Amino acid sequence: MDRTLAEVAESGDDRLVEIVGVKGDGPVSWRLREIGFCRGAAVRFVRRAPLGDPAMYELHGAILSLRRSEANRIRVRPGSP
Amino acid sequence: MTELVRLGAAPESPGQPRRFAILGAPNSGKTTLFNALTGHRAKAGNYPGVTVDRREGDLHRRFSDGSVRLIDLPGVYSLEPQSEDEAVAVRVLRGEFGEPPPDGVVVVLDATTIERGLPLVAEAAALGVPLCIALTMVDELKARHGEIDVGALTAVLGVPVLGVVGNRGLGIDDLGALLAGSRNNLTPSPDLQDVAASETPEARFNWTYWVLGQCRREVPRADHWSRRLDRFLLHPVFGPAVFLTFVALFFQAIFTWATPAMDLLSGLMDGLADWLLASLPDTLVTRLLADGVVRGVGAVIVFLPQIVFLFTVILFLEGCGYMARAAFVVDRMMGWVGLEGRCFLALLSSYACAVPGIMATRTIPSERDRLTTILVAPFATCSARLPVYTLLIAAFIPADRVFGPFTWQGLTLGGLYVLGTATALLSAAVLKRGLLRGASLPFYLELPPFRLPRPSDIALGVWDRARMFLRRAGTIILSVSIVLWFLLNLPRRPADPRLSDAANQQAVLEGSYAASVGRFLEPVFAPMDFDWRINVGLVASQAAREVMVATLAQIYAHEDGDGEGLGGVLAGGGERGGEPVLSRASALALLVYFAFAMQCMSTLVVIRRETGKWRWPAFTFIYMTGLGWLGAWVTFQLATAAGV
Repeated sequence: MDRTLAEVAESGDDRLVEIVGVKGDGPVSWRLREIGFCRGAAVRFVRRAPLGDPAMYELHGAILSLRRSEANRIRVRPGSP
Repeated sequence: MTELVRLGAAPESPGQPRRFAILGAPNSGKTTLFNALTGHRAKAGNYPGVTVDRREGDLHRRFSDGSVRLIDLPGVYSLEPQSEDEAVAVRVLRGEFGEPPPDGVVVVLDATTIERGLPLVAEAAALGVPLCIALTMVDELKARHGEIDVGALTAVLGVPVLGVVGNRGLGIDDLGALLAGSRNNLTPSPDLQDVAASETPEARFNWTYWVLGQCRREVPRADHWSRRLDRFLLHPVFGPAVFLTFVALFFQAIFTWATPAMDLLSGLMDGLADWLLASLPDTLVTRLLADGVVRGVGAVIVFLPQIVFLFTVILFLEGCGYMARAAFVVDRMMGWVGLEGRCFLALLSSYACAVPGIMATRTIPSERDRLTTILVAPFATCSARLPVYTLLIAAFIPADRVFGPFTWQGLTLGGLYVLGTATALLSAAVLKRGLLRGASLPFYLELPPFRLPRPSDIALGVWDRARMFLRRAGTIILSVSIVLWFLLNLPRRPADPRLSDAANQQAVLEGSYAASVGRFLEPVFAPMDFDWRINVGLVASQAAREVMVATLAQIYAHEDGDGEGLGGVLAGGGERGGEPVLSRASALALLVYFAFAMQCMSTLVVIRRETGKWRWPAFTFIYMTGLGWLGAWVTFQLATAAGV
């Protein structure tokens, strides 16, 4: 049932999702976790850029933008209502 | 640098100022808070060996007698360094710059996104230095119906937490008093230090959720104003339209609105030089002072209005939040050549002048992207190329219509812009795939809510940049101008009274060291049919491209029989009897050489400054000038073959 955050953005689904984990253990995933994309955090897709990529997400009350390649590393499941 | 050594060498004494570092994420209101605490008085400099800006200042006098110093650290998300900014912040906090660690840290947290900031508190506590927390944007929190119990937060964290509004001065007095008082206990509780030792981001965020669970708190509602603006500014159709308008306005600002100030400044410098020549005895020293120093440095100083203008616009757009949106809109396109959205702005600025463009790369977090942008920015068609382009195109390219309203002249100028842009982007792609390849940081961009920046913060930022530019003009560019002047004017020869001033000047030039250099270079540029006079122009324009025009004017002055101007003489008028200085194929080759070659001392110096190594300006000079020669040669061959 898990999807990646990139798939959520692709489908335009702007409901709250919960992060299950971040793929990989290199500096890229470490940094994604440090800025808050880590297990247990609640994220909401906001919109994609006019050219389709990157996309904006709401996380911890702030708006962050990630490219598809990074969002693809983040696994999510439907958030608690 | 001397300041650092002095601080580091001096033993701790009661007279020594106590030092507090201000730590916080980008956009957390850190700089506004720093400016409010210091009363907008900061010393800007560099950390030794790295290129990160160092800003520090004394706590304002109304709080203390100058015995408390504040250090504005670069904005960081984490203290596990991945970028140079973060590495510098960590080294300052650990006391690794030849000075002791700060006596305390003020962690700046944005109250509207407090979950994002608290992990940084844990990391700072791990260093064991005394802390306090400045909670910024509390007014915005309230406006968005949010709330946080500051007393409870203080109790849970065990360190003082103060709500402040930097741009209105609220809470600044309390924070100032806290920093000025030497008896306050700011040592983090053992509990906090324990959490701090936890290793993963997950553990720090879980602790964050736990802390916030202990405080009465109302999460702020979404910022409707920003939401509504974003819906328009990032709309699939209106978004790019607004963006293109913004780019057009930017160009307009650079080329049109800054022009009166630039003309005024260049008029002033010319006037000063003329006044010196007229009022001092006509000696070598006077000429050196007027033509070498005043006009030489003046040629660079004229760009000051553009720099001030550009950075006012850039800092305003950055402060209000549009810059991040612009980067978001173009990121995809920049991704095609391996760069990211934030590089776009630096490249755009380089169309005015590569110097501010390269200075604007500081907002790019990835070192590799930043370096790539710095190395390709000089290909953008800067305003110093324009006088050369205009002169050569008017003299050698026919004004005939090609189709519609387009003439060969217009198409050539347009073609040179396309050539510069395409080369910049292609070189970026090549550099990112070759020399500067490697694992990269993830691309992420924070889109802060729209806020009105404080004019004094912008003014201070612009002043920092302007001062940096002026300091350079006063040192390296000054010395280069003097050397160049000697090359063009020595050895002296007695003036022949039978000849005009221009002819005498011409005689000096023909026998000058620069002319020898020009003749020496003849084999190099012979394949393009440039003679030694053009080569002298190329040597002189090594300092700055537009010097080409002034040098050619000096060289050909005596052939200007009936005031046809330099363009007329080049095209074969005056006493040349219809024989142009260059064939059309050579002129095209020269234009292409100017499009590619690195002929700008200021840019090389600023590259050295921004990269911290001589290796990069040397590399830029070699590959750009090499490409310039090659491009000129290919152009000449093609143009000759096509019978242009």
